[in-house]
Amino acid sequence: MSANTPTPPLSNKERVKIPRQHMPEQDADRRRRNFEEVNQGLTVLGATTEALRCLACTTPKCIAGCPVGVKVKDFVALIVAGEYLKAAAKIREDNILPAITGRVCPQETQCEECCILGNKFEPVGIGYLERFVADYERESGQIGLPVNAPSTGKKVAIVGSGPAGLSAAGDLVQKGHQVTVFEALHKIGGVLVYGIPEFRMPKDIVRREVDVMRAMGVDFQTNVVIGKTVTIDELMNEEGYDVVFVATGAGLPKFMGVPGENLNGVYSANEFLTRVNLMRANDFPEYDEPVYDCRGKDVAVIGGGNTAMDAVRTASRLGAKTSYLIYRRSEVEMPARAEEVKHAKEEGITFLCLTNPVAFLGNKESFLESVRCIKMELGEPDASGRRSPKPVPGSEFELPIQVVIIALGTEANPLVQSTTPDLKTTRKGYIAADPETMKTSKRGVFAGGDIVTGAATVILAMGAGRKAAASIDQYLQSGEWDEAPN
Amino acid sequence: MFPIIDAEFLAPDVKRFVIEAPRVAKKRKAGQFVIVRLHAHGERIPLTIADSDPEKGTVTLIVQGIGKTTKLLNMLGAGDTILDLVGPLGKPSDIELYGTVVVMGGGVGAAIAYPTAKAMKEAGNHVISIVGARNKELVILEQEISAISDELLITTDDGTYGLKGFVTDQLKALIESGRQIDLVLAIGPPRMMQAVAETTRPHKIKTVVSLNSVMVDGTGMCGGCRVLTTQGTQFACVDGPEFDAHQVDFELLIRRNRTYLKQESDALQRFLEQPERDLDLVRECRLEQKHPEVRCEAHPS
Repeated sequence: MSANTPTPPLSNKERVKIPRQHMPEQDADRRRRNFEEVNQGLTVLGATTEALRCLACTTPKCIAGCPVGVKVKDFVALIVAGEYLKAAAKIREDNILPAITGRVCPQETQCEECCILGNKFEPVGIGYLERFVADYERESGQIGLPVNAPSTGKKVAIVGSGPAGLSAAGDLVQKGHQVTVFEALHKIGGVLVYGIPEFRMPKDIVRREVDVMRAMGVDFQTNVVIGKTVTIDELMNEEGYDVVFVATGAGLPKFMGVPGENLNGVYSANEFLTRVNLMRANDFPEYDEPVYDCRGKDVAVIGGGNTAMDAVRTASRLGAKTSYLIYRRSEVEMPARAEEVKHAKEEGITFLCLTNPVAFLGNKESFLESVRCIKMELGEPDASGRRSPKPVPGSEFELPIQVVIIALGTEANPLVQSTTPDLKTTRKGYIAADPETMKTSKRGVFAGGDIVTGAATVILAMGAGRKAAASIDQYLQSGEWDEAPN
Repeated sequence: MFPIIDAEFLAPDVKRFVIEAPRVAKKRKAGQFVIVRLHAHGERIPLTIADSDPEKGTVTLIVQGIGKTTKLLNMLGAGDTILDLVGPLGKPSDIELYGTVVVMGGGVGAAIAYPTAKAMKEAGNHVISIVGARNKELVILEQEISAISDELLITTDDGTYGLKGFVTDQLKALIESGRQIDLVLAIGPPRMMQAVAETTRPHKIKTVVSLNSVMVDGTGMCGGCRVLTTQGTQFACVDGPEFDAHQVDFELLIRRNRTYLKQESDALQRFLEQPERDLDLVRECRLEQKHPEVRCEAHPS
C-alpha cells in the first residue's frame, strides 16, 4: 500500500472521506475497434482501498438488495483482511458465478443502491469488489469448491444452461442431488455466451466458471433441445428424472412489423449477437459463420436496452463507419444501465433519441439501403410509468443505413410448453409458476428465469434459480407436492 | 461427438452418411432436419434427415457438396466424428391419406423428399415420384425411391437418362392427362419449387415445399431463417421447414439466401486451396473425445 492509503483501523469519518475507486477501463479510442474487455478490474490496492470504505453496518442493507443474498459485509471484510480466496469462497456460498455477476449485474439498482454510504456519498463499489475477488481466485488457480452433501440418489434435469439453470445446478449439486443440465446450443452458458459480448463478458471466464461446476459434479449435455430431442415427459417417465427445472429463457426475437423488415441486412439482435458472440463471426474467415460485413457501413440499432447497447457497440467494433442507436423515447427513459450508455457514448455511438423507424428501404437485390424514420415526442405516462412516445406529424426523414439490428426485446419460446400439454402458460405464452416456490402446474416440474418473468437480468434469473433449487430440494426431501399455481 | 458409422458417395459430390445419434434417431419423423457443426471453428448448417434407425441409434444424411462446410463433410468418412449434431428440428411432414400424392425431388432434393414419400406410401397413398437431375450421373436413390413409389418418372436435363427435360414437364403432363392429384410435394432448388408452385396454382392442387433458408440456432431464437408467406413472416426452423407452396414469397427467399454469397464463395475458395487446416480441426475434436485434456474449444484463433 502506498503512503497515501489509510491503514486500518479507521473511524467511520475517515472511511467516508475515501473516494470511490474508479474502474480502470481500456481507452475508448482503442477499445472501439477491438473485442477485448472494456473494464480492466481493480488492482489489489484499489480493491483494498474500496473495501475500506465499507462501514460494516450492524444491519447491512446491501444484502437485502441482492437477489441471491450475497453476504456482502462478510466478503468485503475478508478483502480488508487480505483474505481474497476466503472472500471468494464466501461469495460462492450464495452465488456460484461471481466473476459473471461481478461484471454484468446492475449493482446500482441492487446492492449498491441499498448501501448506506450512498445517502451522502457514493456507495461502496460492491460489484467491482465481487469481480476483484472472483478474478483473483480464478487467476490463483485455487478455486474453493464447496463440499457437496452425501448423494441423495435423486435425479434433477435442468433445461437450459443460462444463469437460472447454472445457479440452480450449483445449489442442487451441493445438496447431494444428481444434476444434468441440457443445452440446445453447442456451448454452455445460454445468454452469457450467445448474447453478452466478449468485451463485457469474456467467454473464457464463462467457460472456466462452467468448469468449476463440472468439477462440483454437474453433468452438462449440449445439443439437446428439450421439446424436440426429448420431451419433459420422457425425461421423467423414461430417463428417471425426479424433477425438471425449466430455465429456457425468453428466446424469440420481436420484430417491428414495418415494411422492409425482411431485407438482407436487417437482423434481430439475437441473430447478430449470436453470430458474433457464439459463432465468432468477427473472426471470419478463421471461423466459418459469417456476419454482414459492417466495415465502412452505416449501422443502426433499434432499441434502448442493454442488448441494444451490446449490439451497437459490437457493430462499431466490426468496423462500422457510423453506428446509430435509434430509440423512440428520450435518453432518460432508456432501460439500459447507465454504465453501458456511458461506454457507448465514449466509443462514438451516435444516439438518435425520440426517433422511430417507419420503413426499411432496399435496392433491387433486396439489400437494405436506408431507413425512413419519424421524430417522436413524449406524451402521457403509459402502463410502465414511462411517458409514451407519439410520432410528430410531418417529421419523417431518411437516413442511409445498410445494416439494421432490431433490439426490441424477446418473447417466450414455445418449444417446451407446446410439447408438455399439462404445463400451464400465461396469456403471453410464458410458463405459469408460483413466484415463491417456482412450482408449475405439473407435478415435479419447476420453472424460473425469463421463461416465467419475461426478459430480465442475469442476476434476477440467478435469483430465480436459487429459489427454485431450495424449493426443489424441499420437494425431493418431503415428496409432497401440495400447491398449484393459479 | 457424433461418430460417422458409414459413408459412401451416391453420385459425384453427393454422399450418404450414417451417423450415430441415438436420441435424434429415436424421435425423428419424416420432414425434420438436424443442424450440424463439424469442428470448433465451424458454422452451423441445417441438413434434412433422410432416414433413421431407432434400434441402431443412427440417422442418415445425404449431403451435396456445395459450400465449404458440405464439401468438408463430404471429405469425411467412417471413423470420423462430427462435433455437434442437434435435432430433430422443425415440424414433421403432415402425413395423411390424401389419395394420389406426387413427390418431386430435384437433384439432392430427391434425398430430402424420399423419407416423406416413404411415409406417404405407408399411410396408404398412391405415390407418384418424379426425380430430376442434370444428368444420369446425378440421379440418386433410384432403387430406394422406386421401392416406395407406385409410379416413378426420372428426368434429366440433358436426356442422358430417363425422360429429357425438367420435373415440371412431367408434372404438367400428368395434370393435362387429367389424372386426379391430391397433393404435390416438391423439394429441390428454390427455382424448381417455385416452378412447381406456379404449375399447380391454376389447378388449385395443394402443394407443399421444404424451404432451405439460412439458419443459425434452428430453435426459433435468431429469426435469420424468416420467410414471407401470405400468413406473414414465419420462421422456417420452427414454423416449417414445410410450407404451402402457394403462400411462399420465393423471390424473397432466393434473395435472402444470397445474403452471404461473397463470404461463402471466399470461404469455399480458401478451403479448397488448403483443406488440411479444416481436416486437422476435425481430427483435433476427435482427439478430444479420446483424450479430454485436449480441448478443441481452446484452439487459438
